[in-house]
Amino acid sequence: MADTHAITAGFLPLLDSAILVAAKEKGFAEREGIDLTLVRETSWASIRDRIAVGHFEAAHMLAPMPIAATLGLTPIRLDLVAPMALGLGGNAISVSRALWKEMESAGARGVGDPAAAGNALRQVIAGRRGTAEGRLRFAVVHPHSGHNLELRYWLAASGIDPERDLDVAVLPPPLMPDAIAAGSIDGFCVGEPWSSVAVARGHAHIAAVKAAIWKSSPEKVLGVRADWAAANGEELFRLLRALYRAAEWCGKADNCAELAEILAGERYLGQPVEIVLGALEGRLDTGHGLQNVPDFFLPAARAATFPWRSHALWLYSQMVRWGQVAHSAANAEKARNSFRPDLYRAALQPLGVPVPVEDMKPEGAALAPGAGGFFDGAVFDPDKLDAYIAGQRPAGKGSDPSI
Amino acid sequence: MSPRSLSVLVIDENTVRAAIIEAGLREAGHEFVTVVHDVNGIAQRIAAVEPDVIVIDLENPNRDMLESMFSLSRAVKRPIAMFVDQSDQSAIEAAVEAGVSAYVVDGLRQDRVKPIVDMAISRFNAYSRMARELEDARSELENRKLIDRAKGILMRSRGLTEEQAYALLRRTAMNQNRKISEIAQSLILAAGLLEE
Repeated sequence: MADTHAITAGFLPLLDSAILVAAKEKGFAEREGIDLTLVRETSWASIRDRIAVGHFEAAHMLAPMPIAATLGLTPIRLDLVAPMALGLGGNAISVSRALWKEMESAGARGVGDPAAAGNALRQVIAGRRGTAEGRLRFAVVHPHSGHNLELRYWLAASGIDPERDLDVAVLPPPLMPDAIAAGSIDGFCVGEPWSSVAVARGHAHIAAVKAAIWKSSPEKVLGVRADWAAANGEELFRLLRALYRAAEWCGKADNCAELAEILAGERYLGQPVEIVLGALEGRLDTGHGLQNVPDFFLPAARAATFPWRSHALWLYSQMVRWGQVAHSAANAEKARNSFRPDLYRAALQPLGVPVPVEDMKPEGAALAPGAGGFFDGAVFDPDKLDAYIAGQRPAGKGSDPSI
Repeated sequence: MSPRSLSVLVIDENTVRAAIIEAGLREAGHEFVTVVHDVNGIAQRIAAVEPDVIVIDLENPNRDMLESMFSLSRAVKRPIAMFVDQSDQSAIEAAVEAGVSAYVVDGLRQDRVKPIVDMAISRFNAYSRMARELEDARSELENRKLIDRAKGILMRSRGLTEEQAYALLRRTAMNQNRKISEIAQSLILAAGLLEE
């Protein structure tokens, strides 16, 4: 291509950086005339700050990040949009070996049964009340993360109050295995490969996976500044096409081994290739056996890169539930509009690929197989957002998450 | 009548850089400066120090934890804004460029906080410059050692004087449009291979 656009994108060392990495390493960006530079970052805060000052044109972001920024919840003012999702699933909830032992005796089973695991955890917490064993402490990667919202959803649906009954702290993903080894946390919710790394080092068991708590659920998105998207439509569209093709490549089973090899490299995750491959193939060593998890991480299938506005609204509903933001029609509107399926469709139009025609879909309703759904059988209808929010059980009064 | 001096918390795993910032702040008359190298137990420190301004290395992986603590934890709840004035884009850029972020308690007058953040930015920049110069000096020394060894090899193998050996290295470097140290390195490598 005659003209080339330079785009620098920030990422964190996580499995779902795969689409960005493949776009660069497998030439999809180059084919669209994008000279893509990837910069590994150490925190989501750094990603946010560097996109704010223009060091990055685009970045791997937690799905709630653009929503939080647009709602003014971040310490630096910034309007972000998500024109694309970077896959579905990919997270797991892991617990220390000691806690798993207690949960197992209370009926916890494989990672595909979050209800049993949650029920077991509730019993463990009830049994500890008033004893010297102390409160459990779980860690998530960021307050505005799918991890935090899913972990809390799972706890609450299991009858555990995430604020009264335990502490939820924040830690960077690569530090989770160390923290659980040191005994400073009892569990965590994080993207792969960090659960598998902790299991491989002998310090953790995987208790539940995102893919079973909320099937086909969003995790990371491509985030760009709203003003950059408005001013650089052509560059953005090329980038989205490159990422779409990269996602297709990542989604082919035949490419898993090569993708694992690339991702495991020092410049990206810097972790053993077999761990990365296991996570890509949904073949997880849980600490109590090897388990195949269907649809553990989906880079392409089920419209995995489509930025559903209903996903944005569900994330928003949970941010309201846990007191991060007050619900109002205006805030809901901002949250919904931070996901931009219109840009996604416009960018992919020349490719002639099938793209969802709706911006929203219900979650958990009895639909075609493979539709998203929550493990507790709840239904989220984005058209009935007010009722959904009103019907949620908020947190009880308890102590605060802190380190 | 000047108001109470602001309390500044510097969080930096790099002890040298932290010391440079601390010295700068103290020289500028700030008495309440606390330096923390390890974020373990940071919540208690923040509760004890009650900082008005927190200066932290931009690349510190614990910034997400710190930010969530400010916004969630009642014990250390500080209504914070990042940097000084959110509308001052150039100040934000200067800070990110320098690799420093500053969290400031809301409601403080900008003219009181800005000098602190500016100081942190300039000290971060000074530190980077120093580190770079140190690195340059180190490689300079390495290069000189390489050239000396290469000269020694040429003097032995070709019976040249030191000056002739250096002239040969220099001429070769110029002809090949490379650095003398690179030529020296290739020569040492080649000599090593031939000896085996």
